[in-house]
Amino acid sequence: MAIRRGRGVAAINYPTGMNLGGDPTQALVHSTPTGNFMVTLSSVDLGQGMKQIMAQICAETIGVPTDRVIVDTADTDTGPHCMGTFASRGTHRAGNAVIQAAREARQVMLEVAAEELEVNASDLETDGQGNILVKGAPQRSISIFDVALSAHFKRGRSISGRGMFLIPRSYPEKETGAMKPSTCYAHACTVAEVEVDDETGEVTVLTVRNVFEIGRALNPKMVEQQLVGGSWMAISHALYETTEPYYPDRDHGGTDFNQYLMPGPGDLAQTEIIVLERPSADGPFGAKGPGEMCANPQIPAVANAVFDAVGVRIDTLPITPERILRALKAQASN
Amino acid sequence: MELRKSYFADQRTDDLHEIGQPRPRSDSPGHVTGKTAYFADRNFPGMLHLKMVRSPHHHARIRSIDTSEAQKHPGVVKILTAKDVPHNVYTILILIQIGPEDETVLADGKVRWKGEAVVAVLAETERAAQEAAAKVKVDYEVLPAVFDMEEALKPSAPVVNEYHGRNYYLYDSGECRKVRFGDVEAGFAGADHVLEQTYQSSPIEHAPTETTGCIVAPEGNDRFTCYTNTQAMFFTLDNASIILQMPGNRLHFVGGTVGGGFGGKVDVIVEPIAILGAKLTGRPVSFIYSREEEMQISSPRAAEKVVIKDGVMKDGRIVARKVTGYTDAGAYSRHSPYGAQKGAGHYPGPYTIPNVWIDTYCVYTNRTPSSAMRGFGVTIGDFALEVQMDKLARLIGMDPLEFRFINAYRDGDIKAHRQPTEGAALIECMQEASRAANWPVAEKFMAISSYAKGA
Repeated sequence: MAIRRGRGVAAINYPTGMNLGGDPTQALVHSTPTGNFMVTLSSVDLGQGMKQIMAQICAETIGVPTDRVIVDTADTDTGPHCMGTFASRGTHRAGNAVIQAAREARQVMLEVAAEELEVNASDLETDGQGNILVKGAPQRSISIFDVALSAHFKRGRSISGRGMFLIPRSYPEKETGAMKPSTCYAHACTVAEVEVDDETGEVTVLTVRNVFEIGRALNPKMVEQQLVGGSWMAISHALYETTEPYYPDRDHGGTDFNQYLMPGPGDLAQTEIIVLERPSADGPFGAKGPGEMCANPQIPAVANAVFDAVGVRIDTLPITPERILRALKAQASN
Repeated sequence: MELRKSYFADQRTDDLHEIGQPRPRSDSPGHVTGKTAYFADRNFPGMLHLKMVRSPHHHARIRSIDTSEAQKHPGVVKILTAKDVPHNVYTILILIQIGPEDETVLADGKVRWKGEAVVAVLAETERAAQEAAAKVKVDYEVLPAVFDMEEALKPSAPVVNEYHGRNYYLYDSGECRKVRFGDVEAGFAGADHVLEQTYQSSPIEHAPTETTGCIVAPEGNDRFTCYTNTQAMFFTLDNASIILQMPGNRLHFVGGTVGGGFGGKVDVIVEPIAILGAKLTGRPVSFIYSREEEMQISSPRAAEKVVIKDGVMKDGRIVARKVTGYTDAGAYSRHSPYGAQKGAGHYPGPYTIPNVWIDTYCVYTNRTPSSAMRGFGVTIGDFALEVQMDKLARLIGMDPLEFRFINAYRDGDIKAHRQPTEGAALIECMQEASRAANWPVAEKFMAISSYAKGA
């Protein structure tokens, strides 16, 4: 009886957005009288930080600092339609809608600034700090604060824009299955190291090294929180969780966190996250949706590491000590 | 976390100001100081609490329902049964033309899973609602139930859901979604080795910090405001509108920060019945799942069974792959026909294989309906595919990582569903994993690229 060590690898891809498309999201953007920008959506922030990332996307597109953008969302009386926050679609779908709306608003903003500065709008650029400058002559400038005041009180212009993003729905061909499930895919490769106690069947995940390719890390800190959280959730999925421990038997289902097993802080592996960026052709600044895929590759990587450690295959999730011990027993009797 | 900018540097310009910056989240201070408001933080004067009478049986005919004792219980204001629900038989994906309507808001004549909602009790307090629910008498005739997908697919199995009339979802392609590419049998015949293996998963729970729920307040103008933690505002509003036969302009849905979704909050379960309660009583109604309901009543991730048969050559090329996937939908469709179909588009994984055959089935059994959960349609498939890849590599005596390099898809490769590969990056992820995990592979694999010509 011994503690045995093993490692396993898995590599995956994952589609962004609803399978087969057909999932629209709209956004509206307008400026306040003093040049702050309001993004209006009906998307839901699930705790992953959707509001923050929409603010950054709007700010980048208009050319202002992120703290000049406010996001109003999840209210059906004010926000235009969003299909919902799921299917790794929030950033990709809503982000594209926000870009389109913000571009339209930016164009009006530049037109008003052009009238104030008596130049062509196409000769103007933003400095990202809240000012609009004449290209090549930055001493001729106007603040976005003053442009918004002018638009509201002097020129009667609405600095606003509408955005809509829809991937047309694909219908699978009946006999061949020819179809377009998604327009872009995120990727991952995970290497997991485990220790398996061949006396108790317990698995300890020592390290998980994840490489994720996600198109563009729009906010690296928020990418990190989601990828680390996903990696932990996958370990939990691989080793601990089920509402029906003896599926398909319906009995023995947990009804609280005493009975429904999940890892505690001491059960979590040392987790490494490396991010690669290959911008997607249709993502907002190239972003893909990593929200779901980040919880996938660790499961087979752990399963393969368990085999590497003790030489038994557990092909049924979760990989419990009971299943490992039964497999070891069967292996010994063969 | 590390960003490795050396990969794909020629595919990208790094000239952005706000994007790519690790800006602190504007909502974090509220979260960590407990000031963020969630839907359940609201409390309206006169608010009622809704509790469900649930089926104790996996499959049963309802002979009669007697609510007379429950009606007399102190604090009870209203009791709802199937006849009170204007459009009681519904299915949520009808909004994207995926029918048929197959589920009841409140059971009508039959229950098809243990825990199914039968009677809704509205009372002044949660305790009164719970106590009164226990006094509702339902006379059941227990029917044979089926829990195993293989059993359910046999002709002799009891029919779980009469709205389907058979224990699988009928796609336009027949009993399963199909993908056919090349000649899989010829591939097996020419392979050095053929390996067929079966993988299985059990249902799992989303386990959000905040359980599913909503609070509905009738407004003075004949509208209803529904404070909810749904993941999809209009999807829920529009389905509620259908179920209640109430024009959408009378409904106002307000969300906010949700305490974790993971796909568990895209079924439309609590909102319609709570709005109906508010409409019929004229009072605010709160319907919030207990932890037990969240774990055993709300949809879990589906259990899946995946059978993979591969033909592989000694040099590492996979020449044929046949996948048969089964998704255990439980008693009702919810999002499962979508999930099973998503699997058909995902297999055979991120590998270029010339001969592919995919069948994915959505199967009905007498268990808690499964539905959306982070990665559904793909997550269990990836577990199966990647364990299978490990087995294949060992079968031919090859390093598992090198084996994946040989088969990895690259830009321009035609996938089984007949789309050309674009934006591939599997090879680069594996190259970086090789370095980061000190898992060396042959130099030739470190030199190839997902997109560069000649590499």
